[in-house]
Amino acid sequence: MDLTLKIWRQASANDKGRFVSYKVNNVSADSSFLEMLDVLNEDLVIKGEDPVAFDHDCREGICGACSLYINGRPHGPDRGITTCQMHMRHFKDGETITIEPWRAKPFPVIKDLMVDRSAFDKIIQAGGFISVRTGGVPDANAIPIPKRDADLAMDAAACIGCGACVAACKNASAMLFVAAKVSQFALLPQGRVEAKERVQKMVAKMDELGFGNCTNTYACEAECPKEISVANIARMNREFLVAKVAAPKDK
Amino acid sequence: MGKLDSKIPQGPLAEKWSYYKSHQNLVNPANKRRMDIIVVGTGLAGAAAAASFGELGFNVKVFGIHDSPRRAHSIAAQGGINAAKNYPNDGDSIYRLFYDTIKGGDYRAREANVYRLAEVSNDIIDQCVAQGVPFAREYGGLLDNRSFGGAQVSRTFYARGQTGQQLLLGAYSALSKEIGKGTVKMYPRSDMMDLVVVDGHARGIIARNIITGKLERHAAHAVVLATGGYGNVFFLSTNAMTSNGSAVWKVYKKGAFFGNPCFTQIHPTCIPVAGDYQSKLTLMSESLRNDGRIWVPKYAEDAEKIRKGQLKPTDLGEDRRDYYLERRYPAFGNLVPRDVASRAAKERCDAGFGVGNTGLAVYLDFADAIKRLGKHVIEARYGNLFQMYEKIVDDNPYETPMMIYPAVHYTMGGIWVDYELQSTIPGLFVAGEANFSDHGANRLGASALMQGLSDGYFVLPYTIQNYLAGHIHEPHFKTDLPEFEQAEMNVRETIHRLLSVKGTKTVDTFHRKLGHIMWDYVGMARNKEGLQKAIPMLRQLREEFWKDVKIPGTNEMVNTELEKALRVADFLELGELMARDALHREESCGGHFREEYQTPDGEALRDDANFAYVAAWEYQGENAEPLMHKEPLAFEYIEVKQRNYK
Ligand SMILES: Cc1cc2nc3c(=O)[nH]c(=O)nc-3n(C[C@H](O)[C@H](O)[C@H](O)COP(=O)(O)OP(=O)(O)OC[C@H]3O[C@@H](n4cnc5c(N)ncnc54)[C@H](O)[C@@H]3O)c2cc1C
Ligand code: FES
Repeated sequence: MDLTLKIWRQASANDKGRFVSYKVNNVSADSSFLEMLDVLNEDLVIKGEDPVAFDHDCREGICGACSLYINGRPHGPDRGITTCQMHMRHFKDGETITIEPWRAKPFPVIKDLMVDRSAFDKIIQAGGFISVRTGGVPDANAIPIPKRDADLAMDAAACIGCGACVAACKNASAMLFVAAKVSQFALLPQGRVEAKERVQKMVAKMDELGFGNCTNTYACEAECPKEISVANIARMNREFLVAKVAAPKDK
Repeated sequence: MGKLDSKIPQGPLAEKWSYYKSHQNLVNPANKRRMDIIVVGTGLAGAAAAASFGELGFNVKVFGIHDSPRRAHSIAAQGGINAAKNYPNDGDSIYRLFYDTIKGGDYRAREANVYRLAEVSNDIIDQCVAQGVPFAREYGGLLDNRSFGGAQVSRTFYARGQTGQQLLLGAYSALSKEIGKGTVKMYPRSDMMDLVVVDGHARGIIARNIITGKLERHAAHAVVLATGGYGNVFFLSTNAMTSNGSAVWKVYKKGAFFGNPCFTQIHPTCIPVAGDYQSKLTLMSESLRNDGRIWVPKYAEDAEKIRKGQLKPTDLGEDRRDYYLERRYPAFGNLVPRDVASRAAKERCDAGFGVGNTGLAVYLDFADAIKRLGKHVIEARYGNLFQMYEKIVDDNPYETPMMIYPAVHYTMGGIWVDYELQSTIPGLFVAGEANFSDHGANRLGASALMQGLSDGYFVLPYTIQNYLAGHIHEPHFKTDLPEFEQAEMNVRETIHRLLSVKGTKTVDTFHRKLGHIMWDYVGMARNKEGLQKAIPMLRQLREEFWKDVKIPGTNEMVNTELEKALRVADFLELGELMARDALHREESCGGHFREEYQTPDGEALRDDANFAYVAAWEYQGENAEPLMHKEPLAFEYIEVKQRNYK
C-alpha cells in the first residue's frame, strides 16, 4: 500500500517543531507500524536526511518504550495494544496518517516523537515500592494470599509505564498510572504495611511534577494498551482518604 | 591452569557457598560509605545488584541505554522462573535442580556455580514475594507452579505470561527505593562506550549521553557489567531491538576473556520471518508443544503448491503429512528439547518441505487437540497466545495450523568469570546473560531469570566485598588520570571515524548481511567448511562497513543511526570470534551442533575426552588471532551421560 505520513518533526527540546509530510510506497500490510517507520527511515538515511526519532525496544507490547499519537489516538486505532503491536493492515491504501509525540507538559519532547517520561520514574522513587531489603525475608508461602487478591494485584501490575493514559487525558493526569501501582501493593499483605505513606507520597510527587487532576472522563482506561481498569483509581482514592483521615493520629 | 583460576571454594559441593561466605572478607559500614561501584545495566541482574549494593551502604552509579531502568530487555521474559522449593511435593530438591541444569547444559557448565545457583533459587522467590511480585496462586492462597522443558517436576513460578515483567518491576522498585534514598544514582539513556583500566584494575567507564552525545567519565572502586546477551549479532532474534554485545565486546578488547562465544540457543517455536522489512522475531511459548503436533507436507510437490498459495494445509490428508518429530523421536515426539526440535525443523525446510511464502516454516497443528479436548480447553490453555499469533499473522490458528520456525533466543556464551563472578580483569564483575554463565551449552527454560536474580541479589553483594576489602585504602578515584583521557580519546576517534565514512549503505543493510552470514554458517547447524568460509566473509563485510556505511547527522544530538553503527561495528568483530570458537569445538553439544559430529541417526555427539572444558578467548589485538585458554570441567558429583530422546 502507498501512504502519506504527516509526522511531527522537532530537532530538540528547544525547537518549535512542525509537521512534515512523507510518502511511503509499497508498504506491506503484514509489516508492523514501526517496521513501516523503519522503511521510511532507511529511505531518509539514504537521501542523507535525518531519520525520525522514536522510542521503541521490545516490539512485543511489554517494555512500554514505544508511544506515538496516531491519528489522534495514543497507540493508534486498535484497542488493547501498543503501537509496536499494530500492523499496517489496519490502514487503507492511500491513507494519510498523522503521527505525533505524546503531548503532555510533564513529558517534554526530546526529539521528534521521543519524549522524556522520567517523571514516572520519579513517582515510583517517591514511594512505589515495598521497603524490604535483600535477604532476611519470610518464606514465600508464609503468608497465603487469596487468589482473587493476587489476580487483581496482577491486573494492576500489568501496567507497562508507557504514558498513554497521560497522553489521552485532557488534563494530563497520571492517576491511572499511580493508581495501578498503589492498588497492586494495597491488595497484597506485604504492601499493606506502608500503604498509607505510599499513597500520600506518590500522590504528592505526582502533583509536584505537574500532572493534572482526574475529572473522570476515563479516556485513560479506553486508551490503555493493557486495559488497566479505572476501578484502580477508585481504590486509590479510598486509600488516599483513609490515609488522610489517619494522618493526624500518626503524628 | 595458568591465568584461569576459577576460585572454587574448598569442601563438599553442598557446603562450598556457606564456606565461602563464612571465610570471605567484608567491608565495614564506615568504609562502604567511602566506596563507589559502577553497575552497567538495569535488567534483572543489574537492577538487583545495584539495589542490593545501595542497601549495603555503597555509593552506586547505574547506567542503562533505556529511558527508564524498567524497560531493560528482561521485561520481555514470559514463561517463568525456576526454584527448588518443592512446594508441589513432587520430589524436587536443590540437588535435582542442579542436576537438571548441568545435564540440560550438556555437561559444559561448572558444578560449583550451578549448585550455588540451585541453592539460592529459593531465596529469590522469597525475595520477590516480599517485594510484592504477584505470582500466580492456587485457591488456597499458596503459590502455583508449572512444569517446563527438561524437568520431571513442576518447579516454575510464574506471573501469567509476564514473569519477566513482574520480576523486573520488583527489582526496579527496589532500585527506585535506593535512588529515592540517594544511595544509587541512575544514568538513563547512557551508553557504556569503554572500560577504563588503571594498573590492571577496572576503575571506571566512558559513557555516551544518548541525548546530547556528550562523553562522560565515571570512576569507581569496581565495575559490574550486566548488559545482557548478544543474540542480535544474528540481526533477527527474539531479543529486544537495542540488545547488544558492545559492552562485553569492549571489555573483551580490554583484556577480559570471552567464554564459549559460540554457545547460542535457538528457540524452536517462533513466528516465522514474513518479509525483508522484518525487524525482530516473536517468541511463541514453548508450552504450545504440549498439545500442538508439528508437521510438514510429505511430498515436495505439495509443499511447493502450499508455498505458492495453490493449496491449503487443511487440504492435505494424514497420508500426505509428515509428523517428523513423532517419526524420528517416538519416545519424546513433539516434546524433544529446544535444540533437537529446532534442528529437525531446519532439516525439513532445507530439504524442500518447508511451508509459508518463504519456505522457512513448519506447521504446529492443534486440530487433533481441539477434536480430543474441545476448543474451549485449548482456548483456556493458550487463548492469549492464539490471539497474539492472529494479531501478527492475521490467520486463525483454531482453523488453520500455526506456522513456526526456530529463531535465535539466548546466548550462553559471554565474559568468562570465576566463582566470584569476577572476570580476568580484577575489579570487573559480570552478571546475568552477559557472563558465560551457568547454562553450559544449552539453557533450560525459566533458568535465565533465576540466574540473573541470583547473581544480582545473592552472589555479587557477597563476592564484590571480598574484592573491595582489599581496596579500602584507595580514595575516590579521579577521572583526570591519563587512562581516562586515553579511553575517551579512543571513543571520540571511533565515533569520528564512523561519521566520516559517509558511504552509501545504511547500518541496517550491513546488520542484515551480517545476520545472514551468521545464520547460514554459525547458526543452528555448523560445519568446518562453512565456518572456514564465514570468517573471511565476515572480515570482508567489516571492511565494507568501514568504507561504505552512511550515518547522517553528528555526534552532538540524538543519533540512532550512530548508536546502531557502534553496535554493528562490534557485532561484526564478535561474529568472527563466535565462528572461530565454533570451528575449534570439534564436537556437538547442546546448542552447538557440528554436522560432522553426530550419531548415525543424526543426534549430537559430544566428545568428553577432548572438549570437556570452557574455551576462554583472550584478545590479542586487531587482526591478530585470539588466544584460547582452557578451563577444564571436572564432574565430581554427577555422572556424565549421553542425552537420548528417542
Ligand atoms: C522473548 C524472551 C522470553 C524469555 N523468557 C524467559 C523465561 O520465561 N524465563 C527465563 O528464565 N528466561 C527467559 N528469557 C531470557 C531472559 O529474559 C534474559 O536472559 C534475561 O532477562 C537477561 O537479563 P540481564 O539482566 O542479564 O540483561 P537485560 O535484561 O538484557 O538487561 C541489559 C541491561 O543493560 C543495559 N545495556 C545494554 N547495553 C548497554 C551499554 N552499552 N551501555 C549501558 N547499558 C547497556 C540495558 O539498558 C539493560 O538495562 C527470555 C528471553 C526472551 C528474549
Ligand atoms: S516497543 Fe516495547 S511496548 Fe512497544
